[in-house]
Amino acid sequence: MNPLESVGRESTDLLEYVGGVAILGSESASFIARLRIRVAETFNQAYLLGVQSWSIVLLTSLFTGMVISLESAVQAVQYGVGNLVGGAVAFGSFRELGPMLSAVVVAGRAGAAIAAELGSMVVTEQIEALDALGLSPVRMLVVPRLVAMLIMMPVLTIFADIVSILGGAWLANSVAHISYDTFLLSVRQQVHIGDMLKGLVKSFVFGAIIVLIGCYQGLRTRGGAAGVGVATTGAVVIAIILIFITNFLLSYILFGQQFGGG
Amino acid sequence: MAVIARLEDVTMSYGQRVVLQNLSLDIVEGAITCVIGLSGAGKSTILRLLNGLRRPDSGRIYVKGQELGSLSDRELIELRRSIGFSFQFAALFDSLSVFENVALPLRENTTLGTDEIHKRVTHALESVGLAGAEEKLPAELSGGMVKRAGFARAIITNPDMVLYDEPTTGLDPIITHLLTDTILRLRNQLNGTAVVISHDLQSIFMMADYIAMLFEGAVIAYGSVDEIRASFNPIVQQFLQGSEVGPIPI
Repeated sequence: MNPLESVGRESTDLLEYVGGVAILGSESASFIARLRIRVAETFNQAYLLGVQSWSIVLLTSLFTGMVISLESAVQAVQYGVGNLVGGAVAFGSFRELGPMLSAVVVAGRAGAAIAAELGSMVVTEQIEALDALGLSPVRMLVVPRLVAMLIMMPVLTIFADIVSILGGAWLANSVAHISYDTFLLSVRQQVHIGDMLKGLVKSFVFGAIIVLIGCYQGLRTRGGAAGVGVATTGAVVIAIILIFITNFLLSYILFGQQFGGG
Repeated sequence: MAVIARLEDVTMSYGQRVVLQNLSLDIVEGAITCVIGLSGAGKSTILRLLNGLRRPDSGRIYVKGQELGSLSDRELIELRRSIGFSFQFAALFDSLSVFENVALPLRENTTLGTDEIHKRVTHALESVGLAGAEEKLPAELSGGMVKRAGFARAIITNPDMVLYDEPTTGLDPIITHLLTDTILRLRNQLNGTAVVISHDLQSIFMMADYIAMLFEGAVIAYGSVDEIRASFNPIVQQFLQGSEVGPIPI
């Protein structure tokens, strides 16, 4: 295959992928808009994808909050502005690290689980069986996961925000002797509810990315067990890359005007 | 002899490989039609064409008087709901119990109440000899039980036609006999049509009203069990005898 042909094929594959995800998203949105949602399965998925992710979100956000606090507290105390550390930790957590890190770890756990489960269903003909029964795989499988994640991702992000602030406060107090009152006062003074809400908008979008990529990868699985492995790896890698890109774009749109952009 | 489904001049390929070539086949209403042929001859593809899971490259497929190519997605879904499909490996949903697997089409496609669904599922499981296995997960079942649970799910909506993809493959002779008997009994109960893909000649001779032999993408022989057995076609004879010597390339 000559280089030009290779570029052409890669471009076609990319467009086909983007189109496939877009169609999956629009079909899901259509079912959601018509309230054709399997409620019990949605609760089940909220537990599996969301509630069961709390421990990894707790660990990552706790240590991230602590490391931001450590770095900023050491510098801030040297320059006599230790009273700003709480704001720095909260600012970083609410706007960037809370939503993004939560999304990355959830993509690693839930995105992989979704792709592996749906991929296994493809290779064992379960998806074809749904079609044969006149049931839509999108309504049966994608919609419950999507709705569950759209609810649970913001919840996990709020949880991550709180944990990172508490971790940051503990570390600032332990290492730099910044009192909890000073830390929390700084949080209240420097961070606005809008910062948190914009972070939640991000988490909502990231949740949709994780599920749609996971489901699309799973549903296009080919070639048995090896295919499931490829689909699962792809789901995690693609979702994480998209989360980073989307995070930049959303930051630019949501927060850019503060710097005269957006 | 009414025809419930017809494949007319159908050609179907997977990539470069042509599986069916100008194939025509009638499925007689109320009869069991068995499709035999070598592995990879396109037998399972015929079942998927009959319920619209695959679309042919060319040719027409009629089911209950409707040409599948002219149906909208919604109409195709409605048609599929009147056709039962028993997959080769049953394709049970592994996160659901046997009861829930069989109940799923009723829960999603009908407005029946819980009690009625319970009654019908219990009856269907009894009719395939799976009473007492309601709460088991597919992973806890033996091969024969999995197949029978697949049968129960395929017939739970009282379909007009049931498609069985290799229902006895890989099972011991006793379970094979049991499943063959189950297919016959279900056909009589439903008073419907069945299309069975199988390599198992003994069970085919036991249940078939008509046999179609597939070779190189086309039907090379069609008839009753006696007609097929008496066929002079050397390909049919080699296949029936399981001989390595003959016109079929090994």
